[in-house]
This record gives sequence, C-alpha cells and structure tokens, in this order.
Amino acid sequence: MRPFAYQRVSTEADAIAAAAAGARYLAGGTTLVDLMREEVETPESIVDINRLPLNHIRAEGDQLVIGALARMSEVAANEDVRRLQPLIAETLIEGASPQLRNVASIGGNLLQRVRCPYFRMLDAPCNKRSPGSGCSAIDGLNAGTAILGTSTHCIATHPSDLAVSLVALDATLHVRGPDGGRSFPVAELFRLPEDTPNLEHTLQPGELIAEVRIPNGPYARTARYLKVRDRSSYEFALVSAAAALQVENGTITQARIAAGGVGTRPWRMTAVEEALAGKPATRESFEAAAAVSTEGAQAQSGNAFKVKLLPATIVRALEMAGEGA
Amino acid sequence: MTTSIGTPLARVDGHLKVTGQAKYAAEFNQQRQAYAVIVGSTAGLGRIVSIDAAAVESMPGVVGVISHLNAQRLPYDAHRGAIDPPAGERLHVLQDAEVRFFGQPVAIVVAETLDQAEHAANTLKITYATQPPAVDAHSAEKVVPETARRPGSRVHADIERGDATAALQAAAVKVDLEYVIQRENHNPMEPHATVAAWNGDRLTLWSKSQFVVNEQAEIAAVFGIPPENVEVICPFIGGAFGTSLRTWPHVTLAALAARHAGRPVKLVLTRKQMFFTTGHRPYTLQRMAIGATTDGKLTSIIHEGAGETSRYEEFMEALTAVTSFTYSCPNVRTSYRLIPLDTSTPTYMRGPGEASGVHAMECAMDELAYKLDMDPLVLRKINEPTMDEGRKVPFSSRSMLKCYDIGAERFGWNRRTPEPRSMRDGRLLIGYGMATASYPCLFAPANARVRLMPDGSAEVEAAASDMGPGTYTSMTQVASDFLGLPVERVKFALGRSDFPATPPHGGSMTMGSVGSAVRAACLDAREKAMAAAAARDGSPLAGLQPDNLEWRGGALFAKGRDQAGLSYQEIAALSGEPILGEGSAARDPEIASGYSMHAFGAVFAEVEIDPDVATIRVRRIVGAYGAGKVVNPRLAASQCTGGMIGGIGMAIMERTVLDRRNGRPVNAHLADYLVPVNLDTPHLEAHFVEEEDTLVNPLGVKGLGEIALVGVSPAIANAIFHATGKRVHELPIMIENLL
Repeated sequence: MRPFAYQRVSTEADAIAAAAAGARYLAGGTTLVDLMREEVETPESIVDINRLPLNHIRAEGDQLVIGALARMSEVAANEDVRRLQPLIAETLIEGASPQLRNVASIGGNLLQRVRCPYFRMLDAPCNKRSPGSGCSAIDGLNAGTAILGTSTHCIATHPSDLAVSLVALDATLHVRGPDGGRSFPVAELFRLPEDTPNLEHTLQPGELIAEVRIPNGPYARTARYLKVRDRSSYEFALVSAAAALQVENGTITQARIAAGGVGTRPWRMTAVEEALAGKPATRESFEAAAAVSTEGAQAQSGNAFKVKLLPATIVRALEMAGEGA
Repeated sequence: MTTSIGTPLARVDGHLKVTGQAKYAAEFNQQRQAYAVIVGSTAGLGRIVSIDAAAVESMPGVVGVISHLNAQRLPYDAHRGAIDPPAGERLHVLQDAEVRFFGQPVAIVVAETLDQAEHAANTLKITYATQPPAVDAHSAEKVVPETARRPGSRVHADIERGDATAALQAAAVKVDLEYVIQRENHNPMEPHATVAAWNGDRLTLWSKSQFVVNEQAEIAAVFGIPPENVEVICPFIGGAFGTSLRTWPHVTLAALAARHAGRPVKLVLTRKQMFFTTGHRPYTLQRMAIGATTDGKLTSIIHEGAGETSRYEEFMEALTAVTSFTYSCPNVRTSYRLIPLDTSTPTYMRGPGEASGVHAMECAMDELAYKLDMDPLVLRKINEPTMDEGRKVPFSSRSMLKCYDIGAERFGWNRRTPEPRSMRDGRLLIGYGMATASYPCLFAPANARVRLMPDGSAEVEAAASDMGPGTYTSMTQVASDFLGLPVERVKFALGRSDFPATPPHGGSMTMGSVGSAVRAACLDAREKAMAAAAARDGSPLAGLQPDNLEWRGGALFAKGRDQAGLSYQEIAALSGEPILGEGSAARDPEIASGYSMHAFGAVFAEVEIDPDVATIRVRRIVGAYGAGKVVNPRLAASQCTGGMIGGIGMAIMERTVLDRRNGRPVNAHLADYLVPVNLDTPHLEAHFVEEEDTLVNPLGVKGLGEIALVGVSPAIANAIFHATGKRVHELPIMIENLL
C-alpha cells in the first residue's frame, strides 16, 4: 500500500470540499482499501465520510429512500425495505458475504470496481487501470466477462447486484457536489467502456452520492432476484436477473427486467419488457420474451455459455416473480 | 487394557484453539524482527535482465533488497526427503537470473514493517527477457518418468497382466473414455509462514510444516550447516492438505533474509503467492477403457494416466495404482506418464493420485453399468476380488462388500430409479451416484519417547504434526491406554525437530506409524518402571522379577496381590528422576511384501440440479469405510466430513486456471478460486465398518485422512449424470458444462 493522507469529516460540505480538492471518499472501504493494498488504486488522499448523517432508511410517500452510507446488512434487514421492496433485500442478501455486507455501504456498492482479474494485476495490460495499455482479457481468460456493451478496449462486467435491481426498478440517485445537488436515474450513473473504460461513472469531481430513491411500483412487492453462480455464496454472478411483473387477470401489464454478469454496466432489458407487455403470464411468454435478451450479444472465447445462461436466467426469474404476482 | 482408544474424546487442544492461545508459525514474533516480502516473477519463462534495487533501498524502512545479484551463494548440498520428487533438483532460489515459471521468487524485500516491505516490493522494477512458456498439458509431450527409465528401477511406468488391448477389443460391452482433471491448489486457511532467527551459525525456524525433521535436514543442506544447528518449531497448523509436506523456497528465503538483515525476519506468503511455489494437485489427463461380458464380468481394464510436472523436478503420484486391485479382472494394463511444463513442481494434495485416478475409474464404471443396464452398485459387487490380483497377494483385510451394503442402506440407494432425469423434487432434478474409494495403508518408521514424571504425569513427545486430524488427541489416547494413566495425566507434545523423528504428516500414516511408536515408547516406559520398582531398596516390590509383577489400574503390583501396589508417581519418586521410555515402530518387511494393505470405502452422493440454470448443489453424502480400528470416532467423523467437503470442491468448484500467454494463475484469489462455503456443505455422514487388522500395524489402524476425499468426486459426477443425463468428462463440473 502506498502512503496516503487521511482525514475524517462530519459534514457534507467538508467532505465535498476535500473531494473537490482531490481526496477519494472512503465509506465501507471493501473495494477501495482492498485495491489500495494491491496498489491498483493509489489515492494520495482519503476522506472518511462514515460520520456523515447519510445512513437513513425510510418510506417516504410512494418511495423508499436509502441513504448512501446505510450498510448492505442494515438495508437487507430493514422492515420497510422487506415490506415495500423485498427485491432490494433479496438482492443484497445474494451479494457478498455477511462480513462484507456489514461494512459495505449502498453508495460504495454502486461504485465498486470490476472483478476482471487482469484489472488487479499490476504487470498486465488493462485499459481501465492504465489507459492505452491494452486489454488482457480479450485474448486471455474471459469466462467472467461481458457479452453486452463491450468494446475493443474493455469487456469487464459491472459487478454490483444491487445496481441491477435498482436499474430494473427505475431508482433515482441523488448526489450533492460543489455546485449543489442533482438527481438522475441510477441507470445513468454507469458509462459504457467505449474507448475510455477508465471512466466508469458520470459523477463529477467532488460529487457525493447522498441517497437512492426507489419508487414503490405496483410490481415491487413481488419482484425477485435470481443470481446464478457456481457456489451458493461469496461469488459474483455468472448471470443474474431482477424481474418485476404486474399481472392482471393472467395478463402481464408491466414488466421490469435487468440483468447482471452479462453487461459492462447493469443491463436493463427493455426489449424483453416490451415483448412481455400484454402477453399471458406463462412460461411460453417468458421464453419467447427472454429469447430477445441476447440480441446484440457478443461472446468472447470463454464466455459463450452466458449467451445460453442469460435467457434461461431471465425465464426463471420471471417465473419466480410471476409466482407472487 | 484399552479404555480411551475407541472413545470420542474431545480435542485436548480445543480450548487452546478456540481461545486463541494456540500459536501458529507467524505468531512467534521475535525481538527486532523485520518483515520480508517475496517478489515473484511476472515473466513465465526467461531471464532477469535488470533489477533496480537502488530505487527501493532508499525507501522508508527498507532494510535490504536481496536478489541473485547480491544473495549469499548457497551450497544446496544434496538432500532428498521422503516427500521430494524422486528425480530432478529443487528450485535454487536467488542463485541465478533464470526464470522457470510465473511467480518464481526473484527477489526479497526486507523492511521494518510489513506495509513498508509490501510497498517496496510493489515498487521494485525488474525487467526480463521473456520467452513464451509451455503450460498447456494437452499440447505438450508426455514422457516416461526418469525414475522408471533407470536400469533396475522398481518403479514401472507400464504394468500389464494378461492382454488388456486384445481383451478390450473382444469385449461384448465396453467404454473407452478420456478424463481431464484441472489443477487444484490446497488453499488451507493458514498461509505458509516462517519466522527465522540466526544465533551465530545456529538457526531457529518457527515455520508451518507437516514434516519438521525434513525441514531441519533440508535447510541444513541448503545452507551447508550441520542439521543439529537448525531447529524447526511448529506446534500448530491451520490446515495444510499436503502443501506443507515439502520445504518450499520461502523457508530458505526467510533464513536468507534473516542472515542478510542480521536480525530475525518474518515471511508470510500472500494468498496469491500460495498459487505460485507451494505445490498443487497436478493437471491430469487420463484414458480409462473397461470391457465386460454381457453379464457384467470385467474382462479388460486399460488405464493410461499422465500428470503435469515442472521442468526441474519429476513429481509422481499414484494416479493409476488402484486400478490393478480394485476389481477382479484378468487383463489389466496401466501406464503413467509425466508432462513437463514451464510451471512450479506439483505436490501431494489430499488423496494424491488416488483421488484423480479413482475418479476416472469410478466414472467409467458408472458409464459401463449404464451400457450393461445394470445397477452400478451391483456391477461393483459382482467384480469384487478375493485377493490383490495385481500383486497376487491377499489383502490384510478388505471390508468392501460391507461398505457397499452399509453405505447403500444408510443412503437409501434402493430409492434410486436408474433412468437419468427420472427423479425430481418439485422442479429440481435429483441424482444419486456412488463410487468406490481406497487408499493404501502406508507406514514409515517412527519414533517417540515418554517421560514418567515424579508428579505422576507422563510427557510424550514425537516430532509429528497435527494439521487438523487431532494428532494431539489421538496420541494422548494411545499413551493413556498403554501407560494405564487417565488422559488428563498425559501431555503429548509434537512439532519440534529435536523430538524423536517421525515420517511426514501425510499419506494417512501418522496414526499407524507415530501411534505405534508412542505405543512402543509407553510399553518401554512401563518396563523401565517395573525394573526401577524392583531394583530399589525400600520398594515394596524390591527384588521381584518382571514376571512376578503386573499392572492394574495404573499401578504396579506383585502378581496376585492387592496390597502394596506402586503408582508411577511412587516409582518415579523412588528413582528421584523421570523414567524415560523410548519406542520406535517399523513394518515387518515380510508382512509388507506378503499382503496388500488398503483402507476401502463406498461413497454415495445426492445432488440437485436446477433444470433452467444448471446450478449444482450436493444435498448429502454418505460414506462407509473399512479403515481398521477407529481411535476416536468423533475425530474420525470430522476427518471424513473435511474430506467430503474437499471432494465437493474437487467435483464442482476447484480449478486453478493458467493464462497460456505467460503461465500466470489467473484466479489466484479466494474470491475466484472457489471452495465450498457453508451453504455448499450439506448433510455429511461417515460410517465405519468394524475391522480387525493386526497386520497393518500394532494398533490396527489404517488411516483416514486421504481416503476421506477419494471417491467423492466420482460419486458426485455420477449423480450429476443421473440427474441430468449429461456426462462431463472433466473436473470441476460447473454450470457452463451443463447448459
């Protein structure tokens, strides 16, 4: 680990000022500290924001509001979350291990860095870590990489489970920065790699995630998250899917679907949603709709299985959501 | 006499472990200790061109940078321990510019703190002239091991009885299959760690080791100093599975760094470094062909196996050994080859050789059973041999049929419907599978000593190890019984190279070998105590011959008399000093050559598979074992549970994946190298068949550690086929294989 300056603040203004001057925010530290130990991340200055009053979780009107510093485990266990947005609780429980969930924050979860192994190897080319050096995964071992949204510069998947469900539920991100606050859909937080994979999100320098607001849509209480992986816990998704269905008299009136493990950012499946609207809530409809999920998918040498696994995961997630809807 | 052997005594060191008082190698911090961090090669093959040490030496806290440019020239005197490969020469570290594999230690940075050492190690610039390494076993050449090519060698790369090729050709029903098992790394909880301290030309190593006497001898040879100048101490091991049998380069590096720095040095490997230079289960390629008559009698078995090794050592394991005696078959041919690659040397990993070889054999047997339209269990039973047909000697004992019956009954094998995909639980596919397991009952000479103390306690010592099976506890039980003392009065100590020498803590031979030595030392101590009691003036037993004395309830009496008995305490008090007993154990060569000695078992597994997304979950495993006497049923069950979990890892999770461009283990990380977590660990059950085998060793124990992992992966693979109808001829079997 490289030596670095550390400061702890207790107001948003101090935090934003420090970050605007170049400091990196430290919340749970489960990504940042890990990567600093490996010297993948080498910030010269850290601003610890854990004392900011941003760990709130509350139902507010027709929204669920979650502060950026609420811990994954707190959110997963919260009564309002379990009642209004069980998908969020389920997604968080499927993410990470209990030890990590106890310290990892909601804001940090959305900003976690990729799990592509080459990103963590200082001697290996990686455009994300070292722009212009090349991508080791494209000609290397890439079973874990994306099939959607890749570029010739980067094929890493976005690792967050939570982001997948937030994108499916049309959640909004509220951020504050040197020039005041703004809000925008969570989906707009994430950038495609294109030719600048080192730029992962759309936050401006100094901007701080304050909270996430999730609309309690008619399908929220029956939405489900399915995470497919080779062991039962403590593994990132091979493929995951968040599925929400509103069914009236056996007919799907609304669907919300996003997938993880397959895209360079959390992947909203609007084509699948459109294919489901107005169809009977049956396995046949799910299969027909899921078939369009891989349109535009581009497999790498080692991840062709994801092209099969993605629609299968969506079908099963839809079945799970349909059981309650 | 026995009162403790066979009882479920709780671990005698359990309290120390759960209260954090058990000290592991890295916890023996020394005064003025510095920290060493290894720098591994980022080239997979080639030569070091330059090392910019100067830029790092001026960094805060840096004590020194050691590489081939400035390292002490080490004599590396000849040393080949029982666990070293039979051919080749160990890696000589920091002695030249050559890079033989990715991650090879090429420098050490020593600093005042670990953080400073890590940062300096990350900063150190090294340039290489690289060549592409060969790390693909499929495209590399297979060679006959040098050991087998030596004139008069007792190791045979090719063994045949009958004419297996002709018999296979003529067989009415046959399977001819190829199996790939990917490389695995041991990944115990405790990383390799060594604290090294020199005092003049004497060296003390607190070092994680399953074989402290070999570590002592090897480091003495490497540094060209007398073995008595080296002391190795390792009272506790946080899991090892074979990775700490050999003395790997980090031990030499720690000692080298301590000498260079002129102060004690601690060196702990990172998890990533645990994938570079501390051994692994080799990648193996196998062909398994079996022919049978239409009623299922085996007529031919051909087993061709090959495993990766390094370019500088020939690691060999018993990949094809069990094929010659597991089933009755007149025509059997086995062959064993090595695939030298630009990689570090593999080593023994739990169930070495057998786990991989049995996987191929038992999966092929399952496929044959389906071709025969026969219950896989019945196929095995009708081919049960009456003797070791390979060596043409009887088994010392073989409880295979009982294991099949007990295992099948406890598992509920009769509920199985044979058709693939025919069993379901709701929407989930259910599969039942089974396999045969065996592991040889190895033995190596061992020694132990006992001191009967004037306070009435006994101190028992052997240089053995306890990587988890419960050596502390089981040896306490043996000593308790053969001394006739309650277990609370026996203190067993291990893990010091100045204790009586023992064999490597592996190969399932600690209980049999060290246990027999402890037994012998206790019997010796009793005799010495009798002699002391009879020799002392003033003793109530003075003048009596040993024939006229007998032990009862921990005290010595004149035969037939109930009065005037003497306890150990009283005898030791008479002598005024501890009574020393020494014992050793070795196997009678006539018995060794006259019998085939193995533990046998039958493993049954149930899996559930999601029909949509192909997730595989093992629901339960039942194993039945004929493993001789069970010294402690609680520890034995724990051993088997651990082995089964390791088997689940081997079957459906564990693989070390190499980047072919430079030989780098890409998933050298516990997030990416999958081992089972609690949720993957289902109901596990071990049953032990009562077995009396007085030939294997005086205690009649066969050992359990290795066999507990053998047979688990084929039972699971066969269950996966039963659930899905898909045969996957590669391990691990993962979601991507079933879509």
